[in-house]
Amino acid sequence: MTGMNPARIGAIVLRQFYLFRGSITRTVPLFVWVAIDIVLWGFITKYLNTVTSPGFDFVPVLLGAVLLWDFFQRVMQGVTMAFFEDVWSRNFLNLFASPLTIGEYVTGLVATSVVTSAVGLVAMIVMASVFFGLSFLSYGAALGAFVFVLFLFGIALGITACAIVLRFGPSAEWFIWPIPGILSPFAGVFYPVATLPRWMQGIAFILPPSHVFEGLRALVTGGTVAASRLAIAVALSLGCLLLASWIFHRVYRRAVRTGLIARYSAETLS
Amino acid sequence: MAVLSVNGIRKLYGSTVAVDDVSFAVERGEIVGLLGPNGAGKTTTINMILGVLAPTAGSIQIDALDLESHRCEALARTNFAAVYAPLPGNLTVAQNLRFFGMLYGVRHLGERIETLIADFNLAQFRDTKCGVLSSGEQTRVSLAKALLNRPRLLLLDEPTASLDPATARELRTSIRGSAVSSATGVLWTSHNMYEVADVCDRVLFLSRGRILLEGDPKTLPGEYGKETLEDLFVTVAREPLTLES
Repeated sequence: MTGMNPARIGAIVLRQFYLFRGSITRTVPLFVWVAIDIVLWGFITKYLNTVTSPGFDFVPVLLGAVLLWDFFQRVMQGVTMAFFEDVWSRNFLNLFASPLTIGEYVTGLVATSVVTSAVGLVAMIVMASVFFGLSFLSYGAALGAFVFVLFLFGIALGITACAIVLRFGPSAEWFIWPIPGILSPFAGVFYPVATLPRWMQGIAFILPPSHVFEGLRALVTGGTVAASRLAIAVALSLGCLLLASWIFHRVYRRAVRTGLIARYSAETLS
Repeated sequence: MAVLSVNGIRKLYGSTVAVDDVSFAVERGEIVGLLGPNGAGKTTTINMILGVLAPTAGSIQIDALDLESHRCEALARTNFAAVYAPLPGNLTVAQNLRFFGMLYGVRHLGERIETLIADFNLAQFRDTKCGVLSSGEQTRVSLAKALLNRPRLLLLDEPTASLDPATARELRTSIRGSAVSSATGVLWTSHNMYEVADVCDRVLFLSRGRILLEGDPKTLPGEYGKETLEDLFVTVAREPLTLES
């Protein structure tokens, strides 16, 4: 078996760079949604601080959670948007009739997402700090683990989303956009998981973000994040990533067997 | 030595046989025409050679490399252009050539891009997005991409379909020259029988997923009592059973 070729991975990233460089419609969304979330949730937390008992600061709890959730969505969309560029330009035949391997292609998509989500992360840290005084440093070393878990899970969901669109055709992209919204009630972004009914808590436990947000709440209320909780979250994220890669590979092999890659279009639901 | 060996490939979609026990070879420097009516299995065959469609049975060797077990190495020696596979319209000509040049591992890529831009008269479109080019200009960019890696095997699926006669003639001359000078084997599909007779050393007629006839395009019609290659094509399309031995 041959290893991955860095030049081919670089080509996938370069293509995305070309697209971003020449398009304001691609670059502006990297910042605008982050800015909207910060403004909206920044003022909500400020308002909540005025109507609740003094001493409790909603900024690191709510605004911090919202921004970390936003980061997770940016990571997922970083992968899916890069993939959709090839869907929209009907580029699969050109790509997969080249020496590019499926592993190199997916790695290129992930590398693109690393760059775009890092840009979003820096923008959100700066804006939240300047306008609402939120210091991500207040989360301590655990912040690195939180970001790592959300990054892995975002990549895993992004790869799964690509597999769904590859399997069911371009029109299936409408299945993809609501995924973070569907997961958020289970992930306990805004409230403790204990608030949920027992069956929802079961689902929450297997979702890595729920451990991040439980840990975040424990941290800002003066507690500590159990190392075992972080270990579970990392293990679950890695498991999700492996499962997503396996699903994408299976879908790709099926697409090659059925000829879907060669005649990919909006009506290729088969 | 054959640059392409197709050995008993077969493709089934459920109970439908798209390609049935097809075997042929393309030698270095040889241009082989793959002909047949719509639905005969030409594009299915090409897709299997490109590795984007898995054969149900049989094997394919490109430059003596088995496509299934040495996919990357085999496809690095191959390239293609097809009217149904335009390059991404949201990249410029130069960006597309750089992107695909990196995928194919082209050495001295900058120089190679400049050479192809000059060869295909694309200098004025270098920084133009491919999506706004005319279909003929897009075809020239696709052909430039197809020659980026100096392929040992070149697959051309109706490459001149959207070109005017003068440009099509220039292109045929160019590809013919490339096949001879760099010993590239070419598999060429077209519905233009004049073009096929002009450019191909040998033709294969596919009908209902099987190779029905094979031979020199200049002498084959006479062997079956037809005046032209087009007459033979029409017979293959309408009455293939009259030609089966």
